[in-house]
Amino acid sequence: MADLVLQVNHVDVVYDDNAGFFRKKPGFHAVKDVSFSIEQGEIMGLVGESGCGKSTLSKAILGMQPYTGEILHYTKRPQMVFQDPYGSLNPAKTVGWIVEEPLRAYGKYDARERKRRVADMLDRVGLGSQYANRRPRELSGGQRQRVGIAVALIQRPRFIIADEPVSALDVTIQAQILELLLELHRDLSLSYLFISHDLNVIYQICDRVMVMKSGSIIESGSVEEVFDHPKEDYTKKLLAAF
Amino acid sequence: MTVKKSHNNFIIGCCITGVMLLLILLGAFWTPYDAEAMDTAAKMQAPSFTHILGTDNFGRDIFSRVLEGAGTTLFIAVNAVCAGLFFGILIGAFTGWYGGWIDEVLMRIADVITAFPSILLALVLISLLGSGKSNIILALSLLFIPSFARVVRSEYAKQKELDYVRNAKLMGVGTPRIMFVHILPNVWPVLLSSIAIGFNNAVLAEAAMSYVGIGVLLPDASLGRMLSESQAFFFSAPWYALSAGLTIVLLVLGVGLISDGLGEWDNA
Repeated sequence: MADLVLQVNHVDVVYDDNAGFFRKKPGFHAVKDVSFSIEQGEIMGLVGESGCGKSTLSKAILGMQPYTGEILHYTKRPQMVFQDPYGSLNPAKTVGWIVEEPLRAYGKYDARERKRRVADMLDRVGLGSQYANRRPRELSGGQRQRVGIAVALIQRPRFIIADEPVSALDVTIQAQILELLLELHRDLSLSYLFISHDLNVIYQICDRVMVMKSGSIIESGSVEEVFDHPKEDYTKKLLAAF
Repeated sequence: MTVKKSHNNFIIGCCITGVMLLLILLGAFWTPYDAEAMDTAAKMQAPSFTHILGTDNFGRDIFSRVLEGAGTTLFIAVNAVCAGLFFGILIGAFTGWYGGWIDEVLMRIADVITAFPSILLALVLISLLGSGKSNIILALSLLFIPSFARVVRSEYAKQKELDYVRNAKLMGVGTPRIMFVHILPNVWPVLLSSIAIGFNNAVLAEAAMSYVGIGVLLPDASLGRMLSESQAFFFSAPWYALSAGLTIVLLVLGVGLISDGLGEWDNA
């Protein structure tokens, strides 16, 4: 078996409804007994309609959401590419500042080295260092998502969670960003957990795919397996729509 | 991409405020006459080339006194707003970020403070503390804390849910840095209009308190104090009341126009 980057064992997430001081409602069970693992260099797709628990699961994996069960990370500092390239970049700061901030937080490099790495990374995501002095509002959606990817990659993580990274973009820009993600995947041997509701996107990019419905993973397997021979009715319906 | 829009309010506001600030700055170093010097030979003179705003009942040069008084008023307003802003941002940032019972308690206290008319509360505080410049500043800044804290708090509660904040947490950025380096710059635009309103309230409150005689102590000139002294001579020396009153109006108008203009800018 290849090296794992992530192992998720029997994870449950229940949202407490703090409706009142005395009234305790039963919580909303957003993620139900989910188990899976992701191997080194693998792109794992997670598909399902909105509200099925995809994002909650990703938050739990990143430690931003309390959960029960076991989540084992075999890499340091997984990072995230967000869906909305408008909200994920600080509007008050320049692109250079935003991309440099993870390095400042990391605290290992001096200012010169940080600047060099930021310029490298901006080149790598296809923007070029001349964008360092721009502010997010001066960029297009695709350019912002490139900045978002640069931010996620600058700490050199081995594992990235991409939460609907192209859903907010035009189709042509989608293709460019997917191409960039694949290129980075090859060059830096990254693993992705790629969350999307768009089967088309999943089909283009993923090795394996999991289908999630109301908190549970109902089907999983290689992309060919699931797309060509779906077992569950829900998956068939999804595929019929696609 | 930019829509052509008139920024008249902003420009006029800047002009008025700029001229006022220049004059006040000038008044801090140089006035045509000593503001306290009495000249019994020249009492209650109408504006002329020797005294451009005339003289008062003691023969003091009104222009010099307006410069001094406006300086005092500005000093009080700026300090009160800065102190209120400092604590308002601190409290607002913490309550907005952490929420929970601390938030509830502090915001209910803020509700209690804002439930009273601010002038009334200031009067109570002044009667407890005694009058004088520093006590007025203290009283006004205490009154301003809730209004600033409320604006800052609601902005923090909104901003902390945004992805850029989640992203910063994910990178391992420390909480104080997220609060004051990442989020605070995004709160300023909203705070600016509150600052302008707070400044204007401070100018008016200082004038009102000095007018009723519990504000600035006697040797200091202040616009409110001049206004109250001038009313006895309103018919014999209207220029006295007018110069003090118009100065207050111009100070408040200039800053008000700037804040209006900033609002237009945001909407553009």
